[in-house]
Amino acid sequence: MLDFVQQLVSGIALGCVYGLIALGFVLIYKATEVVNFAQGDLMMLGGFFAFTFIGMLGLNYWLGFAGAVAAMALFGMLAERVVVRPILGYPQFSIIMATIGLGYFLRSVVGMIWGTDDFKIETPFSDGVLRIGSLVLAYDKLSVIAATIILCALLYLFFNRTTLGTAMRASSENMLAAYYMGIPVKRVVSIVWAIAAAVATAAGVLLAPITFIHSNVGLVLGLKAFPAAVLGGFGSIPGAVVGGVLIGVIESMAGFYLPQGWKDVAPYIVLLVVLLLKPEGLFGVHMRKKV
Amino acid sequence: MRFLFKTDYEDDIKLIPHSGYVVSYGILLAFLLIAPFVLSSYLVSQLVFVCIYAMVGVGLMILTGFTGQASLGHAAFLAIGAYTAAYLQQYNVPFPVYFLAGGLLTGVVGALVGFPALRLTGIYLVIATISFAFIVEEVLARWESVTHGNEGMRVKTLSLFGQAVPQNGPTFYYLCLAVLTLTIVGTLNLLRSPTGRAFVAIRDSETAARSMGVNVSLYKVKSFAISAAITGLAGVLFAHKLSFISPEMFTLQLSIEFIIVILIGGAFSLHGAVLGAIFLVMIDPFLTYLKDDLPGIIAGIAATFGADSITAGKIHGNVAAVASANGLKGAIYGVIIVLFVLFEPLGLYGRWLKIKLFFQLFPLYKRATFKRQKIYVKSERNR
Repeated sequence: MLDFVQQLVSGIALGCVYGLIALGFVLIYKATEVVNFAQGDLMMLGGFFAFTFIGMLGLNYWLGFAGAVAAMALFGMLAERVVVRPILGYPQFSIIMATIGLGYFLRSVVGMIWGTDDFKIETPFSDGVLRIGSLVLAYDKLSVIAATIILCALLYLFFNRTTLGTAMRASSENMLAAYYMGIPVKRVVSIVWAIAAAVATAAGVLLAPITFIHSNVGLVLGLKAFPAAVLGGFGSIPGAVVGGVLIGVIESMAGFYLPQGWKDVAPYIVLLVVLLLKPEGLFGVHMRKKV
Repeated sequence: MRFLFKTDYEDDIKLIPHSGYVVSYGILLAFLLIAPFVLSSYLVSQLVFVCIYAMVGVGLMILTGFTGQASLGHAAFLAIGAYTAAYLQQYNVPFPVYFLAGGLLTGVVGALVGFPALRLTGIYLVIATISFAFIVEEVLARWESVTHGNEGMRVKTLSLFGQAVPQNGPTFYYLCLAVLTLTIVGTLNLLRSPTGRAFVAIRDSETAARSMGVNVSLYKVKSFAISAAITGLAGVLFAHKLSFISPEMFTLQLSIEFIIVILIGGAFSLHGAVLGAIFLVMIDPFLTYLKDDLPGIIAGIAATFGADSITAGKIHGNVAAVASANGLKGAIYGVIIVLFVLFEPLGLYGRWLKIKLFFQLFPLYKRATFKRQKIYVKSERNR
């Protein structure tokens, strides 16, 4: 029983990271119908920015965190402007390829600048555990869960209570109609990319104490975030987080109770089953095409 | 400029529209046949890889370019073909048999993947094929009684009709060339048959194809099976060329490379598959060349523009450091993909067509002939 709870908590913590990456997918997908295959690599880059600020320049953790988030938000806007905006409106496949190319580029450049070793960021939660009876929970895992909850609440308020959030929802419903209504769609899209990159950075920094950051971490985790996004319905913000947590728990349970090898494929098996049985996901809305 | 008068449908679907084709392809074939005698053995070995990648490219072109179904899982099909060959070879099965068996088995697996894929479109299909490839990779690593797991499998030298065909010799090159040529001719014939027309109809509009009486599900599964089978055949040759296979060769990275092949070549014509394969395979020797010679060239240029010897030496060192940095290849891949998507979506073959048309119509060429259409109204989501 104790093992089960331990596994559950670490699964949820890992799942929150998947959820945060998936959240980035969903934000960008909702706003522009682009699937950003470089989302995991944005997370990785954010982690490296934070490592540079905190580990190399010796800034305070929170200051470094904020700096990395701000820098990555700018970088997200830049990536949108350079890579995505010129090809918006073209077949989806070309855009997917462009983001795959962006991911390739980021991975290699990070490898060239920072090297291919594993890096660790010292955080206030790095060591130290919370003991409840005989249950031992590490602070770094709890911090991921807490931060995810806070971020989700903030995003929820942002999308439902602010003008900008409403404008984003409008342009994700129908870009052309939003444009006619006077919404500056281009600027909205670039802010969406900034938010997605910032959320990814938060995920990267929170993840750093649990699994070290290295130049390929984004690819591995980014691909695990796909099942999360699909499970939640590719277009639902709460769905992404719930899907992420489910995938994290499934992976962690499979690693504990099933023979070796299942851990890595379990998320993908779940994904295929979901796609076959309920392609619109848990929270998705099924839409029909009008001819 | 040549005018072709097509008076009936038979004229329209001719394999050889006019005599110019015989001349140009004849010259190409003659060059390819004498290649082992004039080129270095390294380049011939690269040409073998071009043949293998071009075969996968043709397979992927049928699925992605002509049926409109994206796949990022073709490395898995290649792996199934390669492992079938390695496994059957242990029991002294002759090459022609396991060659065809590899293609057949992969085709069957492709059809099995095709059935679930019927319900999926766009991004979901991409993700599902990625998942399929991951699962295959994991199975190859764990099913040790058949695949020897992560230790990998050694592939013996190919023997054809009692003759050994070493993977670096000219005979192996001719074998690959012959298989590639047969595949291309077969695919061209397929594409001008009713099946090929159904594929194109599905790509252009599924709804329209269905209302014209095309059995969309059947043809999608067929497309998956044929595409996988061709990739499986390429996998058998791939296994022989490398003479050693292990699960970590068939990763997502390889699937992406295959997509790059058709993307860079131009995903609308079989020419694209071959051009893309040439580009992707030949980029390696080119990068090696850059690594060795570029620092000297740049330092030389700096010296001619008045830099003293110390500065030139520094520049030499810096450029050499950048050129030999790890992962430069990945960065260049990334930039190439992005540049092609942004500026040349029709790929190398599209560029060739544009240049050809420019000279044919000179001075009346219009840039807008090849302009892409943008669609801002949501379409992919409401399917």
